[in-house]
Amino acid sequence: MELKKRINWIQNEFAMLSIIILVVLLLMGVLNPLRFFRIYNLQSMAFQLPELGLLSLGMMVIMLTGGINLSLIASANLSGILMALVLNRLAPPETFIGSGSGIVLLVILVGLAAGVAVGLANGALVAYVGVSPILATLGMMTLLNGVNILITKGYVISGFPPAFQFIGNGKALGIPFPMIIFALIAIVVGIAMKRTPYGLEVYMLGTNEIATRYSAVNVPKVLMKSYVISGLLSATAAIVMISRFNSAKSDYGESYLLVTILAAILGGTNVYGGFGKVTGLILALVILQIISSGLNLLQVNAFITRAIWGMILAAVMIGQYYRIRAASRIR
Amino acid sequence: MKRLLQKHESYIFLAIILLTVVITALNQNFLTLENLFDILKSYSFIGIMSVGVLVVLISGGIDISFTAVATVGQYVMAVIITKYTGNIVLAFTISIFIGILLGLINAMFIYFFNIPTIIVTIGTLNVFYGLLIVFSGGRWLYNLPEWFAKFAEIRVLTLLNANGIPYGLSIITVIWIAVIAIAAFILRFTVLGRSLYAVGGCGFDKSPAQRAGINIFRVQMFVYAFMGFTAGIAGVVQALLVQTVAPNSIVGKELNVIAAVIIGGASISGGTGTITGTVLGVMLLAILSNGLTLMRVPSYWYDVVIGLVILLSVSASALRQKKKMQRAIAVEEA
Repeated sequence: MELKKRINWIQNEFAMLSIIILVVLLLMGVLNPLRFFRIYNLQSMAFQLPELGLLSLGMMVIMLTGGINLSLIASANLSGILMALVLNRLAPPETFIGSGSGIVLLVILVGLAAGVAVGLANGALVAYVGVSPILATLGMMTLLNGVNILITKGYVISGFPPAFQFIGNGKALGIPFPMIIFALIAIVVGIAMKRTPYGLEVYMLGTNEIATRYSAVNVPKVLMKSYVISGLLSATAAIVMISRFNSAKSDYGESYLLVTILAAILGGTNVYGGFGKVTGLILALVILQIISSGLNLLQVNAFITRAIWGMILAAVMIGQYYRIRAASRIR
Repeated sequence: MKRLLQKHESYIFLAIILLTVVITALNQNFLTLENLFDILKSYSFIGIMSVGVLVVLISGGIDISFTAVATVGQYVMAVIITKYTGNIVLAFTISIFIGILLGLINAMFIYFFNIPTIIVTIGTLNVFYGLLIVFSGGRWLYNLPEWFAKFAEIRVLTLLNANGIPYGLSIITVIWIAVIAIAAFILRFTVLGRSLYAVGGCGFDKSPAQRAGINIFRVQMFVYAFMGFTAGIAGVVQALLVQTVAPNSIVGKELNVIAAVIIGGASISGGTGTITGTVLGVMLLAILSNGLTLMRVPSYWYDVVIGLVILLSVSASALRQKKKMQRAIAVEEA
């Protein structure tokens, strides 16, 4: 009985997000039918969603542990800038011969390594030193933004070989390549969260840290792993992002931080940790991408869009509050 | 002596002295009254907001939206005084009123819907700021009235330097000191101030404070209204300092302010934090940035240094907290 009720509840969430998708689709269809449903728009949506999706996954993993990762975007930019530097050193724009795919692999490793390094630093601060996640990642964000500006002096680094540009702009079997990357990684993260001991430990930790400690779970190790995964995801987002823009800069994606938190919460991730699923996050991302592309097509001012994100965030939180209250009343 | 060594404030004070010695050794211009008054004037803007942030942190919350609140207050104030004229009291009244109003909006969301403060304020930051840019069209305001410029020049204490140029304690610094005094009084001597610590010390579940007879609603309203109050004052002060009003000049500074308060020893989990620590935190950041400039370090380094200082400071507090807990457990077991 209890289990059935819970399944019902989860299905509800899935159904609710699906309904919202239909509603926003309908809304955009009514507001701008000629342009919204064009193949071109749908494709550009498929190119934009992955980088936000990867960042949101990185945010969600930390939110599940009960924390928040404010250094996510700064970390992605650090990876992006380092990759751009290495690319420009090894394959300067004026000497592109062939596609340069051998270098690309090395460059990706550099980006991922930077992500892991940031993750280890964040993880060590939270897990071993005992700094609260907000403060640790806030300090890390300031530090990394500083480092990024220091390296680039605020300039753009641009001009990458074709093989690298393919990652963000190419298509395989007619599907945008970034989408394939995102799908694969989302599946891996989804399985890791649902089917591995690590995933179970994350949910336990997010629900009740003390109980988790007493269950002989190595809490610091779980936290370390989570921050490293978050760093890796932000580095992957950086690969897609700088490849799509064909450039790297210290302040790319600044407005994404709000949207990653919004996506996670809209997708059902509990801000206090312990609850949330990858499928919910993906549905939430689709909703936000539809709204963002729709507003963009309607040529709505970017700042109105920002205000709208904020209002949606508030609305979603209020909705969650009433749902939790309703759920506890049934019990 | 032992008690002094246990206090976070003592370490910041030591850091400030050390920094002063190093900077002075490299540049004689640093340790002069003129430079000190200058720092006190230009950092009063950050300083005023840091007092508000401290109150929020003590109550167990965090606020990211206060820069947007200050901007809205400042902009509306500037529009009104340039269009219809007025006086400095009116300018402050308008900005403070708007600050308190927006602060109360934050408090409503936090209290009635039980939303974590960081989420609420990340949301309202974007709503307030986004709407302001849309309605103002992002226009800068230059033609502030003459009395507004004159007020900024007032010195409470005037001295002459070697070249006969007057300098001294600015009225703007006095405003900062007044805000500090108000907050210190409330935190130390009023029931409201003490209950703030109690509510913050409770952590997530506020019921112990409630059972102790504290009206959580009133405390939350006060906290975010006070944050708005300081943001409103800071908005006017920033306009006084630069004499132009740009809608994008304050937003983005929130981290500097929060950093100062955190360096000052306030904990994000609530219940701790002192005015002295916060003032020292602001001074440390001020001296650091002033010192970097005087030592001709490129400005690119600024954020790197600040980031490192934040991480060092929070790590030190966390480790000390850990040690204290271990000692408490050891005593209990003995």
